[in-house]
Amino acid sequence: MTLFIMCFLLFLTGIYGVLTRRNLIKVVISLTIMEFSLFLMLAMIGYISGGEAPILAGTIIPAAPVVDPLPQAMVLTAIVIALATNAMLLTIAIRLYKKYGTFDIREINELKG
Amino acid sequence: MELMLAVILGFMIIAAIYAIHAKDLLSAIIAQGFVGYGLVICFLLLRAPDIALVQIVVETITLIFMVAVVLDSTRKELDVQVDRKQYRIAGLSVLFMLVLLFYFNRIIAPLDGFGEHSMRMAEAYAEGAGQTGAINLVAGVLWDFRGYDTLGEAVVLFAAAIGVVTIFRLTGKN
Repeated sequence: MTLFIMCFLLFLTGIYGVLTRRNLIKVVISLTIMEFSLFLMLAMIGYISGGEAPILAGTIIPAAPVVDPLPQAMVLTAIVIALATNAMLLTIAIRLYKKYGTFDIREINELKG
Repeated sequence: MELMLAVILGFMIIAAIYAIHAKDLLSAIIAQGFVGYGLVICFLLLRAPDIALVQIVVETITLIFMVAVVLDSTRKELDVQVDRKQYRIAGLSVLFMLVLLFYFNRIIAPLDGFGEHSMRMAEAYAEGAGQTGAINLVAGVLWDFRGYDTLGEAVVLFAAAIGVVTIFRLTGKN
């Protein structure tokens, strides 16, 4: 349970960054940190004490219990999609920097139009 | 085992806080890389080698991209003058976090404790391993049982790649 709470603290750190920072790159970093905490949470839910990696070598029925493969497969998909969204965000940040010469959200808002 | 995870998670939280408050954007990105690679170690401790490998690759690509973005710019964090508006924003975000804490409690209640997970969802997948012939259960889930999910993932990836190329090629009015 402590680990779940620490995971949630990591998530809160990311949310705090998204809400309070005015630098576009910092906002992207905070979003990435939020994503990381979610991946870790999902991987933790599927863990079984003393379990082994879900790879069956040779025999079909393993000696020790394997950890849950379902959350791991979902996290794998989520990581790749997070990469795609990150690349989009950074590209938009580059375009904004080239147009306005700053990463500051307030200045970009003022110079609009 | 639990202690090791907790120590690494603690380091990750510290690095995350530093990444948000760093004055230099490059050091912020390096701190973010620390969080990402710490996540790899956590995945390995949680017996998830597949996602650990994917996370290494993805984190490296993201870091290279971010460093390329930042080295091209001024790199300096904006001068943060502490005004009343900023205090208001910080207060509001703390309030928002308290609301989130309530939801976290609701979410965590029906879950099994750490390490006591029951395989009620994954039993069918584990039994199907003989049918798919996949030695790696995660690969079996990804490519056989949930193949359409993986197809959708590839579609999203290609859509993002097309979007990146399109945004870069726009000339725009300066």
